[in-house]
Amino acid sequence: MIGIVSYGTYIPRFRIKVEEIARIWGEDAETIKNGLGILEKSVPDIDEDTATIAVEASREAVERAGIDPQEIGAVFVGSESHPYAVKPTSTIVGEALDIGNEFFTADLEFACKAGTAAIQICYAMVKSGMIKYGLAIGADTSQARPGDALEYAAAAGGAAFIVGKDPIAEIEATYSFTSDTPDFWRRDLQPYPSHGGRFTGVPAYFRHVISAAKGLMEKYGYTPNDFDFAVFHQPNAKFPLRAAKMLGIDRSKVQQGLVVRVIGNTYSGSSLIGLAAVFDVARPGDRILLVSFGSGAGSDAFAIRVTDKIEEIERNPQVWDKISEGVYVDYGLYLKYRRKIRV
Amino acid sequence: MIPRFWRKIKYRYDLNGSYCENCGNYFYPPRNLCPICRRKSKIREVQIDGEGKVLSYTVVHEGKNLKKPYIVALIELKNGVKIVSQLVCDPKDVSIGMKVRRAFRKYGEDGEEGIIYYGTKFVPA
Amino acid sequence: MRRVAIIGIGCSRFGELWNMSFRDIVMEAGIEALEDANLEGKEIEALYIGNMSGGKYIGQEHIAALIADYAGLAEFHIPATRVEAADASGSLALRQAYMAVASGIHDVVIAAGAEKVTDVGDAMTILSSSADQEWENFVGANLPALYALIARLHMEEYGTKEEDMALVSVKNHRNAVHNPKAQFRREISLEDVMKSQYVAEPLKLLDCAPVSDGAAAVVLASEEIARKITDTPVYIDACCQASDYLAIHSRKSVLTMGAVVKAARDAYRLARVEPKDIQVAEVHDSFTIAEILAYEDLGFAEKGKGGELIREGVTEIGGKIPVNTSGGLKACGHAVGATGVRQAVEIVAQLRGEAGKRQVDAEKGLTLNIGGTGATAVVTIFGR
Repeated sequence: MIGIVSYGTYIPRFRIKVEEIARIWGEDAETIKNGLGILEKSVPDIDEDTATIAVEASREAVERAGIDPQEIGAVFVGSESHPYAVKPTSTIVGEALDIGNEFFTADLEFACKAGTAAIQICYAMVKSGMIKYGLAIGADTSQARPGDALEYAAAAGGAAFIVGKDPIAEIEATYSFTSDTPDFWRRDLQPYPSHGGRFTGVPAYFRHVISAAKGLMEKYGYTPNDFDFAVFHQPNAKFPLRAAKMLGIDRSKVQQGLVVRVIGNTYSGSSLIGLAAVFDVARPGDRILLVSFGSGAGSDAFAIRVTDKIEEIERNPQVWDKISEGVYVDYGLYLKYRRKIRV
Repeated sequence: MIPRFWRKIKYRYDLNGSYCENCGNYFYPPRNLCPICRRKSKIREVQIDGEGKVLSYTVVHEGKNLKKPYIVALIELKNGVKIVSQLVCDPKDVSIGMKVRRAFRKYGEDGEEGIIYYGTKFVPA
Repeated sequence: MRRVAIIGIGCSRFGELWNMSFRDIVMEAGIEALEDANLEGKEIEALYIGNMSGGKYIGQEHIAALIADYAGLAEFHIPATRVEAADASGSLALRQAYMAVASGIHDVVIAAGAEKVTDVGDAMTILSSSADQEWENFVGANLPALYALIARLHMEEYGTKEEDMALVSVKNHRNAVHNPKAQFRREISLEDVMKSQYVAEPLKLLDCAPVSDGAAAVVLASEEIARKITDTPVYIDACCQASDYLAIHSRKSVLTMGAVVKAARDAYRLARVEPKDIQVAEVHDSFTIAEILAYEDLGFAEKGKGGELIREGVTEIGGKIPVNTSGGLKACGHAVGATGVRQAVEIVAQLRGEAGKRQVDAEKGLTLNIGGTGATAVVTIFGR
């Protein structure tokens, strides 16, 4: 049995409210909150970045697992805000976790689904017998153009998963659906991403999420009722609920993982932090449907079955507990921490 | 600066210090020689536990740093090891005796084009 | 080992000396010292100079040869040596000169200290390189931050108040009014200090000595030669130096400077005196807390009671043990490598009775010069 052996998350403690951003741009906060379903988002401190978030999340995962980090044979960090354009985040993680020199690695990018792609690669390496444990991380400190609609959602955070045998949750099946769809992108050397507005909905998010979920279910014989929890990529709080409805999955199954309402869209961390929140409360036998989405575009779908082993690990502090510890900043401080003020 | 920073990466990213097998003392930052045993030292690398308490602190207003002001603290770790490091929290929440634990953070960078310096800071436990 | 006396003293003004180069400043002090010693110049057999960082401050190394050259001594090819221990460099030069004469190797030697800091923008950052670059400065623990950690702990352990530290600054400014060489010659009030902005809490701007341009020089001679040249030789009864762990976190107690205690103990023993026999002292108030710590580590007060001493006015001019009659580093200015020698110049002036309105009645004086946060300490005891 191969699957998730342990997990960890890190969410920066600063928050900015939708009201505060709307105040600056002269928009109506209530309309935005109702439209996106987001109340506030996380803001990284000025001395945090994707590498520090990846390390903190990974350290939690390793400590929870109680494994020797030197037994980790591969590290993959998926992000769209790697600190270096050239020089991998994963080597920094490897060094900070004392993994040694013997591990397979390279950085990954696929918008918000790079983290789940990392899980798939680690799964394949474990399954083929190449490695004992793989460390898959999705982390981001995503930037949005000031004044753009994305600014209400683009947040910072990350989650790390150790993949191996004797898991707390088995990866029963995984399926990916990919196409060349330019819904959201960032050209080299540009500081902020661009997007196609409403084009990011049906032709992008929904086409790939639904196709991947249905593809998984058809290929491996699942029905919507087989799942106790559903976690989707969360660019806002509406899309996941709509996707669930389209798939015939009750919205109550989506709630536990729906962290976007209070921390925003953590991009490569988005669906993964949701998955971690589900692990915090899941019981042996629960089955989870995880479907990520990365612009450009693609979705990775997983059927994950929780095992007895989940009750052997320490699951506190829980994701929702961590989320509740926020410190509010105003727009000026937010600009400073996000280094949008160039001098 | 690059080789100088690179040599110490392992010791900065986490609390990798030294232990003298001859006298049982722990040291961080790492040492080549135990100051007690000198040539009788038997130094080996050891990871120092990241939990500690604040012995003293200062809020620094004048200094080169990412954040201004920033907090520098003298922290006591286990095994009698003391370390001077940055403490990440609101200045009004710092107190002598408060419990802290280590975190991985950015210390600075060599300009926008240069390498990034990561290291160990402390946060409230 | 023979007795060594100081037969000439000289000092430049301390401060932001925009119009003077490093060479200009050293010459001013050196010429004054030679005139005071009534020497022509050819009598000087060796030169020792304390300078923390010619390299970082003015891009110049090989300082000693430069000074010997510009002092007109190049024709004599004398040995010229630069010594460095951060801001204790001056006293190191004094000690090397003392040992050269005491041992009999040389008869007449000049010890100088000089620093030109205003040609660069960040003098305090360079001064902070006296701390541990890898493990203190890297984490943002510069010199003010390190002394602030010590100050906070002193307040926590012994109840010392920010006001106590401020009183040190007030006293030293008041003393400097009567020192024509001082950088700051106006009085400040306790309120002025308490209202000044924080540099590294609890230390405020007026708790911190400025980093200044300046130079000082003394001429040393054997007792035999001294008696021929001058009526007012001042003898060095002891000049002792000690070192300690560089980073404060390595020391057993952050509240005691082990190097100061050791150097002081050695000096008292060699000079055959006790702390209570010292009648005037110049100590290293790079930060006000350092003066309070000095009272304790020199044995003028028990550990923890340094604050009481300043509160009770014991170290004022007119008090039982006047400290920093020159204005100290805070008001006279801290010209890094020059400070140790400038301290000696003040004590010698006091013991000769040439201190003008700062004069106190003293036959035994002491200087304490420290490098960085105390990894080097030099204690010198002078007597008539």
